[in-house]
Amino acid sequence: MSETEQEFTETLTIPPPEEDLHHPMEQYLRMERLPHIWCSTCGIGTIITAFISGLQKSELDREKVAVVSGIGCSGRAAGYLRLDSFHSTHGRAIPFATGLALGNPDLKVAVISGDGDLVAIGGNHLIHAARRNINMTIVCINNFNYAMTGGQAGPTTPLEANASTAPYGCYEFPFNLPYLAESSGAVYVARWTALHIRRLTNAIAEALLKPGFSFIEVICPCTTLYARRNRLGDGLDLMRFYHDNAIIRHGADTREVDIGFQDRIIVGKFIDKEKPTFLEKRDQYLKSKLGEQFIPYKGPNDGH
Amino acid sequence: MSYWRVPLDIQEIEIPHGDLHIIVERCKGCGFCEEYCPKDVLEMSTDFNRKGYHYPNILKQGACVNCNLCEMICPEFAIFCLEGEPRHPDPGEVIQGGENREG
Amino acid sequence: MKADPIGVATGSYYIDGDHACAEGAIAAGCRFLAGYPITPSTEVAERVAERFPKVGGMFIQMEDELASMAAVVGASWTGTKSMTVTSGPGFSLMMENLGLGAMMETPCVVVNVQRGGPSTGLPTLTGQADMMQARWGSHGDYEIIALSPNSPQECFDLTITAFNLSEQWRVPVLFMMDECVGHMTEKVVIPEPDEIEVLPRKYYQGDKESYRPFKFNGAADLAPMIKAGDGYFIHITGLTHDERGYPIINAEAQGKNVSHLVDKIRNNVEKISIFEEDCIDDADVVVVSYGISSRVALKAVEDARAKGIKVGTLRLVTVWPFPEGRIQQLAGKVKSFVVPEINMGQIVLEVERAAKGKAKAILVPHAGGWVHDPDDILAAIEEGAA
Ligand SMILES: Cc1ncc(C[n+]2csc(CCOP(=O)(O)OP(=O)(O)O)c2C)c(N)n1
Ligand code: SF4
Ligand code: SF4
Ligand code: SF4
Ligand SMILES: [Mg+2]
Repeated sequence: MSETEQEFTETLTIPPPEEDLHHPMEQYLRMERLPHIWCSTCGIGTIITAFISGLQKSELDREKVAVVSGIGCSGRAAGYLRLDSFHSTHGRAIPFATGLALGNPDLKVAVISGDGDLVAIGGNHLIHAARRNINMTIVCINNFNYAMTGGQAGPTTPLEANASTAPYGCYEFPFNLPYLAESSGAVYVARWTALHIRRLTNAIAEALLKPGFSFIEVICPCTTLYARRNRLGDGLDLMRFYHDNAIIRHGADTREVDIGFQDRIIVGKFIDKEKPTFLEKRDQYLKSKLGEQFIPYKGPNDGH
Repeated sequence: MSYWRVPLDIQEIEIPHGDLHIIVERCKGCGFCEEYCPKDVLEMSTDFNRKGYHYPNILKQGACVNCNLCEMICPEFAIFCLEGEPRHPDPGEVIQGGENREG
Repeated sequence: MKADPIGVATGSYYIDGDHACAEGAIAAGCRFLAGYPITPSTEVAERVAERFPKVGGMFIQMEDELASMAAVVGASWTGTKSMTVTSGPGFSLMMENLGLGAMMETPCVVVNVQRGGPSTGLPTLTGQADMMQARWGSHGDYEIIALSPNSPQECFDLTITAFNLSEQWRVPVLFMMDECVGHMTEKVVIPEPDEIEVLPRKYYQGDKESYRPFKFNGAADLAPMIKAGDGYFIHITGLTHDERGYPIINAEAQGKNVSHLVDKIRNNVEKISIFEEDCIDDADVVVVSYGISSRVALKAVEDARAKGIKVGTLRLVTVWPFPEGRIQQLAGKVKSFVVPEINMGQIVLEVERAAKGKAKAILVPHAGGWVHDPDDILAAIEEGAA
């Protein structure tokens, strides 16, 4: 042990910030609503910090960014972000966001919601928004279960994982989300875990700047339900698991990135391609058919 | 920053230094910050905050390099780090380095 | 405010109710329609799909009615007047996010061209059996406004009224057509733009800090809105919330929020209600009807008068909120109400409730698929006069 290290045997208290010092993310948070509802060692809060950093990094005008969530633990995300934020119904975040994105083409709309919300009850909306290439960014928080309602099995629960409605383990085949998003037409597809905060931050910034439908799956610890039922320890143990089992493979064939129970997790940026957005395609097409008769949609029409 | 030998220009190298702050009552004791600090600066306290969670303390005074990882990984917005005065490294320090554990 | 001329196809037309409804919406300033095809309402969407690109509107055919309704609520928060159109099973699918629209106090218009149900029922034939669903279809307590046109001309005129009411009361307005009116072709006159009164959305102007998207006082002066993208950083949720829009999960907050949703309509029924009366003053019997049934009833009323029966009519133009007070007044004077409707008894229950036993309420039911035989209504009038 070197001399320098010996000096560190006594721990010091970290000072609280002086009054005029604030956590750098506070201006992006609805501080009056904190503390948030998420359990200790849940990863959703970490994903929110990555979202805020990604948004900052994108340098988008935050007044022109709206966020929409559905219902679930993950679906509470919109409620804590100091942006125009909408908390819609279970599964309908994407169509609600479609209304916002088409209603005001100057907005960049981000949807932050859970795997159950976006892929089970909202699955049809997901694939159609991707097919149309609506200009929006999806952050799909995948904790492998329906957490909010008590840890039931869902469309991403891996085979054999235990869930409250799969008490003997899950025997349904799960979705492979990047493959689903890619084959539906998404122009940007990535997967990270809550541990990969810097890469996730970069992905969020990239996706927000990408015109069209971008999809980021974030593997996230659900401590209280998924981890507990499957005896996986707490969120920190899951983070350690991600550390040991995540394999970064940019450009991987999305057909090969499916996830098994406590199996390796392939992460990375899988898809980043160019395609006209719904609005670009619409305007260009209608213009070609209608010529001067075509009047592009310009947003709210009553002089405001 | 880790080197296989002490660089000749050691006096010119400046190690960034961070001023850590914590809002103790926001912490829910997940231990993410302690686990993933690349410089092992933090250690969970034996004390509890009002919510009944252990919160991080500084184990290695002056070792924080303001990488902001703790701030980013904290799910509670409880800890943050601001840029402090940079300092010059000790010769012993630069050849040990720290491992970056963010996967 | 007068209608934007670009959306007003001034002239005299021979068109059906569905097409007239589409023109009414465009004249009213609607520039967003999300829908999913279903008979007998599809023509509304078809006409809008053709017209919108030429008036700067945005039409999108969604993957289903769940999505359509959700998109409409979202679009309305950008400040664009928004609508959707459906029938039968599609109306059922819209109920979830109709509740969202009510909870978020979002102006929008939902057109339901009614067909026979339940389930797939009679896709191409008429019905009026969604009237109670219009009132109670989404779970929980809320109030709604619903209109029922009885001619293609009214499909034009009242669609504009529907948009105006939705802006004034910050509530989804249901436009309850029926297949007969939707597919009936008649003369429709679209007036000059400066003859069309359009209510613009009331926007907040003031400092951002003190903005509240809701005002829970159950009164007519509703909180002004702002648009997403205005920099107010609003939060709008389907959860029970406070005036800031923040979720609060307890009985007290629920009391404030839900009472407001209900009271803003219930306390203002007189301001909202539209109905037409004829020969009421000396009537022994009043025929209460709406939509296509009100036109069929006219024949029965004529025949009854020819037989010397003192019969009057009350036509509901707004069916919801129900003009309970007016029925109550009349109940003290008339012997009975006759209610012909193309269902097995829905609005008759409201009439009966409002009459409080002081006058009889006689249902003339019809299961759907066609309109009443006027003689059946006549028989009920005779029974009511006896
Ligand atoms: C129409 C409807 N059905 C069911 C529910 C109940 N419900 C609320 S959240 C939820 C599951 C959420 O799961 P997920 O999206 O994965 O979010 P998580 O809680 O796991 O973050 C369900 C089924 C609901 N709110 N609405
Ligand atoms: S139940 Fe699971 S997902 Fe929900 S807050 Fe707790 S740990 Fe997170
Ligand atoms: S800023 Fe980096 S080095 Fe400093 S305590 Fe946090 S994680 Fe450790
Ligand atoms: S990451 Fe945040 S919540 Fe977790 S122990 Fe550290 S300070 Fe506390
Ligand atoms: Mg989930």
